[in-house]
Amino acid sequence: MNHFLTEEQQMIKETAHEIAVKKIKPVAIEYDEKNEFPWEIQKVIAEAGLCGVYISEEYGGMVPAGEHGIMNLVIAVEELSKECGGISLCLAATALGTIPILLFGTEEQKQKYLPSIASGETVAAFAVTEAGAGSDAGSIQTTAVKDADSYILNGTKQWITNGEVAGTYVIIAMTDKSRGARGATAFIVEKGTPGFTFGKKEDKMGIRASATYELVFEDCKVPAENILGKVGMGFMVAMKTFDMSRPGVAAQALGIAAGALNDAVDYARQREQFGHHIIANQGLRFLLADMSMKVETSRAIVYAVARSIDSGDLKCAKESAIAKCYASDMAMEVTTDAVQVFGGYGYMKEYPMEKRMRDAKITQIYEGTNQIQRDVIGHQLVKEAASRK
Amino acid sequence: MNIVVCIKQVPDSGDVKINPETKTLMREGVDAVINPFDCYALEEGVRLKERFGGTVTAISMGPPQAEKALRETISLGADKAVLVSDRAFAGSDTLATSYALSTAIKKFGVVDIIITGKQAIDGDTAQVGPGIAVHLDMPQITYVRKIEELADGKIRAERMTEEGYDVVEADLPVLISVVKEINEPRIASLKGKMSARKAEIPTWSAEFVGADPKQLGLDGSPTMVVEVYAPPARKGGKTLEGEPAEMAEQLVTELKELQII
Repeated sequence: MNHFLTEEQQMIKETAHEIAVKKIKPVAIEYDEKNEFPWEIQKVIAEAGLCGVYISEEYGGMVPAGEHGIMNLVIAVEELSKECGGISLCLAATALGTIPILLFGTEEQKQKYLPSIASGETVAAFAVTEAGAGSDAGSIQTTAVKDADSYILNGTKQWITNGEVAGTYVIIAMTDKSRGARGATAFIVEKGTPGFTFGKKEDKMGIRASATYELVFEDCKVPAENILGKVGMGFMVAMKTFDMSRPGVAAQALGIAAGALNDAVDYARQREQFGHHIIANQGLRFLLADMSMKVETSRAIVYAVARSIDSGDLKCAKESAIAKCYASDMAMEVTTDAVQVFGGYGYMKEYPMEKRMRDAKITQIYEGTNQIQRDVIGHQLVKEAASRK
Repeated sequence: MNIVVCIKQVPDSGDVKINPETKTLMREGVDAVINPFDCYALEEGVRLKERFGGTVTAISMGPPQAEKALRETISLGADKAVLVSDRAFAGSDTLATSYALSTAIKKFGVVDIIITGKQAIDGDTAQVGPGIAVHLDMPQITYVRKIEELADGKIRAERMTEEGYDVVEADLPVLISVVKEINEPRIASLKGKMSARKAEIPTWSAEFVGADPKQLGLDGSPTMVVEVYAPPARKGGKTLEGEPAEMAEQLVTELKELQII
């Protein structure tokens, strides 16, 4: 199928594909077992130039100044995720930590933080979630209190992807609790800032090659110049970031599912039972056909939303929620069916299928559960209806 | 440091079959790639450039379509590439090929090191690299698995042998042929691919490189191919069954009967 990729996007796809097959596939199960961040793969991704595909040329990336590169990101994440949906987060979760800087950073902040992210030297992370605040960002307990030219951060962020390994963090903290969501502010915090340490490393069901940590702030002094956007804009920074980053999660889900489908078809073509390859069974072919329809329709919506964002349409809350929700629900279904195609082998840790099912699950949960996505979509439908009158 | 890497475009890997009638390789529908051993040569060249500075020039003798393989060398880190191509080269054996390549390499001027793969996977002769060294009157170290040192106009390298390895020292300029143990080739970067897309790859003719026509093509090739045949497929051996100790005993008995031991 012709997906109308530009010549550059075709190169991104080929490069990411080569990395996935040659470098990620041989080590995916090992990293899953070890629960370790794949620095060697991060280095390969960096040297191949993939870390800057969604960052402007002026900061060392490959997107022309003033444009967006979400489609580039989507293509790279999809290809990498075909072989490991955890390792692909080197790129995808860094993008989540970088998009707020791209969207709201001052020229100085961009000059300071983006080049090392684009070159892959620095990994980035985004931290909203806490023990008592996930999708309900208004209940964030981490505080930032003004102290002359600085802010003093106190609190604990939970389940932060790329925690500990990232050098640059965007943190949402409350500067004025009395104002609820309007009292939140986004800060750029560098690893190594006194008072900023790491707590528990999480032991997860899936995406185990990705580092997930608690971030602990104890009287951590952050200069006021590290505020992203303005004081009180933290909630908006988070929402606009998610609108733009959700296609990345959708691409991760899409890649996991597409990889599962490829392997399921290959397996069905070589597995023999009752004297023939099991792909000769119509019942199995129908199952594969349904999986394929789900993968292709997801790809269509994910690419369409990414391209719409790149065209400058940043009012994409509904569309980006649809892409994330649809592709991640699809990935859960397709990976479950792929395990079924593999039968007993699918259930064994020796083969990469059960891992895909575990990896797929997170895509229905993080960057807003799929219930929240549906809520966003519903809310936008009401807004659209109201504006038609 | 001026580094030259010689590459050959070959049919992709193992599934190439031999046409039983013409006894030639069936290339139809098979992708053409850079000879895998040459990828290690290129990677080593690029690493030397990254360590010592200088330029890496890739060179290949072959038909016009070999330009694609040369373009790929640029995406993998070569600075420039030259295709040596002319009808006059057709039918060249390894002697004529190494002569033609040596005349082209002379046109580069000062060269410090020439790197080749240990052999091409299609012809498997391992003769062109050494031939180039002889034509250029420079020392050669074949089957290099590690460059230990490269300084003060000298190279010291580990050369793989069947029993282990030799440590060999030579003066520069030198030609080395490398084995796959020497490095792990990188994945072409996006930047490299973009440079490759724009790169201009000149084609040098026999006349341009100043090669003596009598030493080229069939005239310059003393090798005579008398017959080409595919070796008969190996017949299935004998499988012993039973407990390991029994099988070992039976194996020894049978080998003795055959007077192998």
